[in-house]
Amino acid sequence: MRRPHDIGGLDGDAIDTAEPPAEAWEKRVRVMRQVLGRKRPPLLMVDELRRAIEDLGADDQSRLTYYECWTAAIANLLLQKGLISVDELGRKMDEVTARWVKDRAQ
Amino acid sequence: MHDHPHTHPKQPDLEDSPFTQHQVMAQALEELLIEKGVISADEMRKGLEIVDAQSPADGARLVARCWADPSFESRVLEDTNAAAREIDLNVGGIVIEAIKNTPHVHNVIVCTLCSCYPSGLLGEKPDWYKSRAYRSRVVREPRAVLAEFGTFLPSEVEVRVHDSTAERRYIVIPMRPEGTEHMSESELAACVTRDCMIGVAMPHVLSTE
Amino acid sequence: MSTPKFTAGQRVRVRAAFPLGHVRTPYYTRGCVGTIESLAGVDRNPEQLAYGIHDGPSVPLYRVRFHQTTLWRSYDGNPNDSVVVDVFEHWLEADLA
Repeated sequence: MRRPHDIGGLDGDAIDTAEPPAEAWEKRVRVMRQVLGRKRPPLLMVDELRRAIEDLGADDQSRLTYYECWTAAIANLLLQKGLISVDELGRKMDEVTARWVKDRAQ
Repeated sequence: MHDHPHTHPKQPDLEDSPFTQHQVMAQALEELLIEKGVISADEMRKGLEIVDAQSPADGARLVARCWADPSFESRVLEDTNAAAREIDLNVGGIVIEAIKNTPHVHNVIVCTLCSCYPSGLLGEKPDWYKSRAYRSRVVREPRAVLAEFGTFLPSEVEVRVHDSTAERRYIVIPMRPEGTEHMSESELAACVTRDCMIGVAMPHVLSTE
Repeated sequence: MSTPKFTAGQRVRVRAAFPLGHVRTPYYTRGCVGTIESLAGVDRNPEQLAYGIHDGPSVPLYRVRFHQTTLWRSYDGNPNDSVVVDVFEHWLEADLA
């Protein structure tokens, strides 16, 4: 069977060569992975990231943007490794959301 | 679930667009990892500096030196990372291999499985390189894809597509255009765009007149 | 560290296996015959690294060239057009045809 990410040779659309400006949060995700990878022993190998993205499933891989896939994959890996807990992640996400909503209201 | 913002947010990168669940999660992951001492803010800052310093100008400088100095080009083809260090280019730990275009062979790079890219010499990859359209089509119909970039190759030229499936990254050394014989290295570098080091475009001669 | 099995110029076939899991041998090459361009190196196996196994044996990695006319049922272009893919040794077998 052909896995959803293994698309070499499939039909595709015309190439859209537009280059929207890079988003800062995406760059931070990229760097976060590199920083984790530079630890000895590495806390997050690029191979693990690729595998975790592939394991997101066809639906998520087509619906999410490139760096959204990275973010979800990194979250899953960190949870799996016990570097963060589900509870910690949930609470921190609530805290960040509240902070951003408040910042915008000002 | 999220309020839509209306006035000047303090997060510069969010501007006026709604922030997504994934942006929140990315921020949360970073803050948690720093709070727990897994990574440091300093490591993030240094990592961002490294990434910000990378750009296609580095690759262009390497290509220009190859054009100006055939013995340097031989060393680039032998060991790209080591040769790059000769001109103060530290492309990092990933092995990059330069592939030379000839009058008979035109090379193009892709990563069909994800989007591995020679960031050490070219900086951040363009959206189209990561797209399903490019990844699926360029291995099967490279000439049609190149035509969409305005690049038309004679049928007698062989097109070779390199799929970066392992840890090595590839970069194309395009052919030196005619009419550049009297150019300085920096003028040569100005002819070399990111797209011609991926292989979807040809270098153009910028008139010095 | 294993001694590389294949040499430049040798014809090889990619195994037509389709396991789940993290595989870096693209679907479009499976079952296809190509030619060894070169030994790229001897690298750690991504199929193990992807699952957190860091101490597995390294595996020879080859640059394998496939003619486009081999890969696709119909191909429009120079019959010498090709795709070069980095393939690990355990995905390859000698093509004795």
